[in-house]
Amino acid sequence: MNCASQQKILLIGVGNPLRGDDAAGRLVANLIRERQPLSFRVIEHDGEGASLIEAWAGAQKVVVVDAVSSEAPAGTIYRFDAVEQPLPGKVFQNSTHAFGLCEAVELARTLHRLPRQLIIYGIAGKSFSTGEHLSAEVESAVSHVVEQILKETEGKA
Amino acid sequence: MKSKTIKVDVLARVEGEGAMSVKIQGRRVTDVKLRIFEPPRFFEAFLRGRKFYEAPDITARICGICPVAYQMSACHAMEDAFGLKVEGQLRELRRLLYCGEWIESHALHVYMLHAPDFLGYEDSIQMAKDHRETVERGLFLKKTGNAIVNLLGGREIHPINVRVGGFYKIPAKREFAALAEDLKSARDVAIETVKWVAKFPFPAFERDYEFVALRHPGEYPFNEGRLVSSRGLDIGIREYDQHFAEEHLAHSNALHSVLKDRGPYFVGPLARYNLNFDRLSPLAQETARASGLGSMCRNPFQSIIVRSVELVYACDEALRILDNFEMPDSPAVKVEPRVGVGHGCTEAPRGILYHRYRVDDHGLILDAKIVPPTSQNLKTIENDLWQFVDANFDMPQDTLQHQCEQAVRNYDPCISCATHFLKLSIDRE
Repeated sequence: MNCASQQKILLIGVGNPLRGDDAAGRLVANLIRERQPLSFRVIEHDGEGASLIEAWAGAQKVVVVDAVSSEAPAGTIYRFDAVEQPLPGKVFQNSTHAFGLCEAVELARTLHRLPRQLIIYGIAGKSFSTGEHLSAEVESAVSHVVEQILKETEGKA
Repeated sequence: MKSKTIKVDVLARVEGEGAMSVKIQGRRVTDVKLRIFEPPRFFEAFLRGRKFYEAPDITARICGICPVAYQMSACHAMEDAFGLKVEGQLRELRRLLYCGEWIESHALHVYMLHAPDFLGYEDSIQMAKDHRETVERGLFLKKTGNAIVNLLGGREIHPINVRVGGFYKIPAKREFAALAEDLKSARDVAIETVKWVAKFPFPAFERDYEFVALRHPGEYPFNEGRLVSSRGLDIGIREYDQHFAEEHLAHSNALHSVLKDRGPYFVGPLARYNLNFDRLSPLAQETARASGLGSMCRNPFQSIIVRSVELVYACDEALRILDNFEMPDSPAVKVEPRVGVGHGCTEAPRGILYHRYRVDDHGLILDAKIVPPTSQNLKTIENDLWQFVDANFDMPQDTLQHQCEQAVRNYDPCISCATHFLKLSIDRE
């Protein structure tokens, strides 16, 4: 990895594109890649925890976006500073894997492998059933999250 | 009458609900049910009307842990339909890719999911607090497997690098050379892993299983071979449907696979090992023997040792392939679709994964059938729990609960392609 790519913000979009609203994180990743290719290094990821820890190894500033299953209305946007506080298990427990994002963050904390900055966005999904259909609420939340990420990282890459 | 229910999340997955319930009346187990959701049914419908070359890419989305297995079974099935054989270095590279997936998947299961059970930790995060170096070792193994899959399988790109007939692009020789150094260390770590897990305390538990795995004349099975069993089954892949049936049960969305007229069977590392010990590399055999494991193991709790032996084998085999690597003339052989039915069966980390496709003369998929390893083990998992609870009835509820979860994890049930929440409940009446 060269210096330029190290200074870029790493954006990891987590999800499965064939599982309804689970695709949200990947869609955010695609949009960020189109809008700001110079400021971001973008990875689409299936959410398996151990490889997430590898994915952010060496990066200073990391943003992860994942769909979550919570009791909140579909499209609700969560934002957590994972360096400051543990992820609320209630929101992220329904992760794609038994060893998923939540476990990756906490294991990395124990092993001192968290990046200096780790912001995690969660988008509450409506349906995670198989298929390519995204709910309208999540589609709208995807655009909001893209704007929010671009705004909060402006000039920081 | 005393009634008690405990629910525990064993596994998590975005899709559906999965639950396992054990009912006890008096001093007898009266019912065990595993309910799971199974996405392959959706994918079978999704594939209809698609082009043959889309099958590896689409089915790879079924499972985040074992996409290579889905790609491989899909490719072999299509090649079978078109009368095509992929040989030489391309065949070797497919084996290398499979080594990568086994290393990733087994390292994850052994270190992050199963070992904490044996050492009395709630999860690997708790275990890491006391055993940091051990967990780092597991992550290193996992990373070595990832590196192979990323380089050759192109996981982070779309379409993935695997195609019917071979690959889209073969990485340069020097990129392969970089893998070899880490693989040598990984092989040492895998040997350490076998020594480590062999010392775990194992519940005394054995059943007379019918083990089913691929068997090949000259190699430990990944992509090819005949389907054999410990009770004399010996068939070609094309005969699968004549011998195996899927039963739909009222309590589960999933289909339970059985051998016709014989019943449940057992697939996965233990089955592969028991049916193919003589095909392991000398180093893997020697490591197994030194750990005290014989050439036959019937205790599913010891599958963690067998998985670790397979880690040694996968590193060893990957190094053998890299040592002999020569750049093939072309990244893929030419594919000419023709009307027909193709069958593919390969050894996913969790056991045999069967694909069957019917295609028309333009290469359009007319129908698809996918049988993942976890659904083949469901009935066997239920039967294990039945017998385990029966034999350990007097165990304190907490211990029993914990060991039942461990018994489910013996099979490394594929959470991605099988279930969301697996809640285990034990009801005593």
